[in-house]
Parts: sequence; C-alpha cells; structure tokens
Amino acid sequence: MAAISTPAAPGTFRYQLASFWSDFSASRGALVGLIFIVLILLVALFAPWVAPHDPAMQDRSALLVPPVWHAEGSWDYLLGTDAVGRDILSRLIYGARYSLSISAMVVIISMGAGIFLGLLAGYFRGWIETVITRVMDVVLAFPSLLLALGLVAILSPGLTSAMIAIAMVQLPYFVRLTRAAVIGEKNREYVIASRLSGAGHLRLMFNTLLPNCMAPLIVQATLSFSTAILDIAALGFLGMGVQPPTPEWGAMLANAREFMGSAYWAVTFPGLIILLTVLMINLMGDGLRDALDPKMKRS
Amino acid sequence: MFKFLLVKLAQLVPTFIGVTIVAFAFIRLLPGDPILLMAGERGISAERYAELKAQMGFDRSLVAQYFDFLKGLLHGDLGNSLVTHSPVMDEFMSRFPATLELSLFALAFAVIIGLPAGVLAAVKRGKTLDHTVMGVSLTGYSMPIFWWGLLLIMLFSSTLGWTPVSGRISFMYFIEPVTGFMTIDSLLAGDWGAFLSSLHYLILPAIVLGTIPLAVIARQTRSSMLEVLGEDYVRTARAKGLSSFRVIMVHTLRNALISVVTVIGLQVGLLLAGAILTETIFSWPGIGKWMIDAISRRDYPSVQGGLVLIAFIVMIVNLLVDIAYGVINPRIRH
Repeated sequence: MAAISTPAAPGTFRYQLASFWSDFSASRGALVGLIFIVLILLVALFAPWVAPHDPAMQDRSALLVPPVWHAEGSWDYLLGTDAVGRDILSRLIYGARYSLSISAMVVIISMGAGIFLGLLAGYFRGWIETVITRVMDVVLAFPSLLLALGLVAILSPGLTSAMIAIAMVQLPYFVRLTRAAVIGEKNREYVIASRLSGAGHLRLMFNTLLPNCMAPLIVQATLSFSTAILDIAALGFLGMGVQPPTPEWGAMLANAREFMGSAYWAVTFPGLIILLTVLMINLMGDGLRDALDPKMKRS
Repeated sequence: MFKFLLVKLAQLVPTFIGVTIVAFAFIRLLPGDPILLMAGERGISAERYAELKAQMGFDRSLVAQYFDFLKGLLHGDLGNSLVTHSPVMDEFMSRFPATLELSLFALAFAVIIGLPAGVLAAVKRGKTLDHTVMGVSLTGYSMPIFWWGLLLIMLFSSTLGWTPVSGRISFMYFIEPVTGFMTIDSLLAGDWGAFLSSLHYLILPAIVLGTIPLAVIARQTRSSMLEVLGEDYVRTARAKGLSSFRVIMVHTLRNALISVVTVIGLQVGLLLAGAILTETIFSWPGIGKWMIDAISRRDYPSVQGGLVLIAFIVMIVNLLVDIAYGVINPRIRH
C-alpha cells in the first residue's frame, strides 16, 4: 500500500470525495462497471489504432467468415465478417463511438434542459410549475420508444433526430427529480441565508441550490445513459436511427438479421456488446446510488 | 374514496388535452404539405387540391381544426388510413387484442417468476441465491430485447425446432375471431389443437416481452420485502412464535405487495413500448407492428391515431393503478 497521507478534514471537498470513493469502491460490481466503461471509452476514443480493419472495408474474398475459434475461422477476422465481408470486431469498435457519443449527447441535452426546467418549476412554483409539470406528464403518457419513433418520423430518420427524440423522452425524469430536490432544499437555512445576503434568483438557483440537488441527478444520468444506449440501438434496429452503412450496433443487428440461420456471430456479438455496456453502466449506477444517496443505502 | 377518485380524474384532464394537442400537432409538424403527402408521387391538380383542402378543413384556422379533431376523437373518429382507406379506429381495434393477449401473457410470465424470485432473494439476503437472482435480474433489466428475441429464435426455433418463428397460430387452423384473443377464441370454438397451437406461438414472444418487467418486479419485490422485514410487526409476529413461512407469506409479503402491485401496473407503458420491438421480431400482428408499418409507410393518420389511443391506454391504466393503490393502502387516500 502507498503511504497514507494525512486524512482530509470532514466537510472539505477532499473528505467528501474520499468518503464517496470508499462507499463506491465497497461495491465490487460498481468497480467492475467503472473499469469496463473506462476501457470501452478508451477503445472508442482510439478506435483507428485499436481496430484491426477499416470498418467499411469489404473483403469480397471473406464473406460471412466465422469467428476465429471455428475451423474455418481466420486470425484476420477475430469475430468473423458480415455478409459483405466487413470485419465485425472493427465495426463493433467503431460502433462504440456512435453509441457512446450519441448517448452522452442525449444525457447532456436532457439533463441540461431538465435541470433548467426543474429549477424553474421548483424555485418559482405557481403557474410556471403547473405548466412545466403538466407538459412533462404529457410526455410521460406516451411509451418512450413510441414517442421517439413519432418524433423521428417528423424529423426524418437519422443520427441527429434519433438523438433529439431520445433526449426529449428522457427529459421528464430530470425535470421531476430536479423539481423535487429544489422544493426539498429551498427553505433550508443556507438558502435563506444566501437570499438574505442579497443573492439574486439566478445565483440562488444555480450556485446555491443546484450543487445540493446533484446527487439524485447524477444517479439518474447513469440510468439515462444506459437507457439511451438501448433506445438508440432499438431505433437503429427498426431502421429509424443511425442509417447503414454506419457501424451502429443496433443497425448492425438489423442487417445481420436475415443471416440469423447461417451466421450466428453476425447477430450475437453486436447484441452482446450492447448488453454488456448497458449492464456495466447499470452496475456502476447502482454503486453510485449507494454512495451518493444515503436514503437508498444498502437496501 | 369518491373524492380521491374525482381528484385523480381531474388531474387527468390537462394531460388528456395535452395528448390530443401533441397528436394534433403531429400531422401539422410533418415536413411538407399533408395533402401533397397523401396524394403521393402522382401529384394532384389545383382544383382537386383546393377541394381536398376544404374537405379536410385545412383552409380553416388551426384552432377550428383542433376542435374538429377533438370532436372527431370524442366520436371515435380518427380519420382513415392512407394505405387501406379504412377507419384508423377499426384498424387499431382489430389489432389491439393481439397486443393485449401478448402483454397479458408476458406480464403473467414476469409475475409468476419475478415475484417468488424476489421473495427468495430477500429471505436469503446476502447469500449466493440472492446474488444470483439480483445478477440475473440486472442482466434482464439491461437486455436489448430485440437481440434477446433473435437469440431465442436462433436457439429454440432454428436450432432445436421447438417453437415457431412468427405469427399467432399455425396456418392449419382458422379460428373465427370473437374476442380477438386467439387462446380464448380457440377454446370457444372447442378446438384443442388450435388452442395448443396458439399457446405454442405465444410462448417465445411472451418470454421476450416479459423479460424486463420480470427483472423490475424481482428487484422491487426484493427491496420492499427487505423494507417490511425490518418492521416492528414482523418482529412481533416472529416473537409470537409463528412459523417463518407464515411470517413471510402472510405478514411480510402481503404488505410488501402494495408497492409491487404499483410497479406491476406501471409496467404497462413499458410493455407497450416493448411490444413494438417484440411484435416486429416475431411478426406478431398487433398494434406495435402496425405502428412501425404505419411510420415506415408514412401512413400519418394511423400514426396519429395510434399515438392518441396508446397514450389513452397508458393514462387509463395508470389511473387504475393509482386507484388500486388507494384501495389496498388506505394511508394514501388522505
């Protein structure tokens, strides 16, 4: 073990960070999740160096080659090739870029807009709150994937519309959480003290209240991130998301579907990577919730 | 109780209006002129265009058009499909039983497995069984169900040949639709072969659609069981010398069920979203597949009608869940 530095004093940011880390790392699942996510982020980031082939390159001499552990498999194509001779492993690696970056954008958009609307609703109450919560109720009345599909139909299928549609569907959860947290914090002494010392609305909302409402929002962000990966893949699978030949995981599944009987690998691996990524994010989310939200702790 | 009901109903009204506005706006927000869209590739003469515009009310103010739409809606008139030219309402109603049947079987699957699994996990807290149940349910919760469906088809249909790949019943049987539920209709017709065939076709789609609800129910059951197990009255029951089976089944489970029932009810929106994917994979002739087809064929009146009707169903089920929650948990009513 490394030499232990002087323990941080309670109440400081370093102390909070240390106590968060000790809670978070107490869960083995959360750590495994975190490590997996970091790895897949690195792979996505360095895709051109990591991937053995160009994801769009079609090797006409190697159509539907099985994975390497089969007798007919080849070390050139570790996870086999698809129907037009593209390397599945490389496509999965490049696909990580799409899935992760679109989902990250979804979370940023819906979290940003959700926090803003939730702060407005919780801080000002009155008619602003009524309008915002009613609109969110309407969004929640539609099954998420259906609303996303409807929005994509309006915006025309593609990467950007899929992103906007899924962000829209996720919005109500952030609005509700922020609003509830703001209402809970609003009348606490530190907020009143800040107001009495002359802080304006914006300062109270963003500097005083928001940092104290972040814990549930961070947990929700991880949940949203995994839901976004699933929804993006579902839209891609239905042909309404990222369009082929882009190596998006859901679209890859849709393309491989007709070769289900003859080339199981073309179907199995894209789905497996979706499942693993979502599972690991959820594991990490559970750990985050235990560490950040004392009320939910160790239940 | 009556007051509670009225309040809940009143809260629903703005959402109802909001849903109709969203659905109304849907067709108007589409890129392009709806009449030109409906005319398709052939184009349309200027006179016919003006005639259609007047006929469909597009020449009137948006507010007037909205009230026309609302009036039609309240009379059950959602316009006609651009593809089949039959009323959207009829199209929806003829397919809805298929989705309902699939969803009910999926929910039954989820409850029958998820509930006992959650109870066992709570009772064996911290043991291997608990970790296994929680691990499996987290995996189920993270499952891309469109892939799960394909995997099960590859295994059970293609490789083992145990289950059919798509459809609702073998083509050898023709059952006159009475309720629209293939299982009930075949029983009504007294045809055992058809009944078994319909079950055979149901099993794989129901498992696929039920997977995520199963995971949610198992997790919720476990956590509310653990909560109730810590209550004083459970300790009292144990102290009275009741058998631990009785303590768990009667004193704990009954109270834990309150929140589980709510969660089960809230799965309906999830089931309808999942039905879109499941029905696409299994070519199940329900509203999910119908909506996807409508979207890809640009049959906008059908998409619009489907959006409204599905949102209504979700709202009504949520209302029923709220009421059921009030009935089984009197603390909530006040």
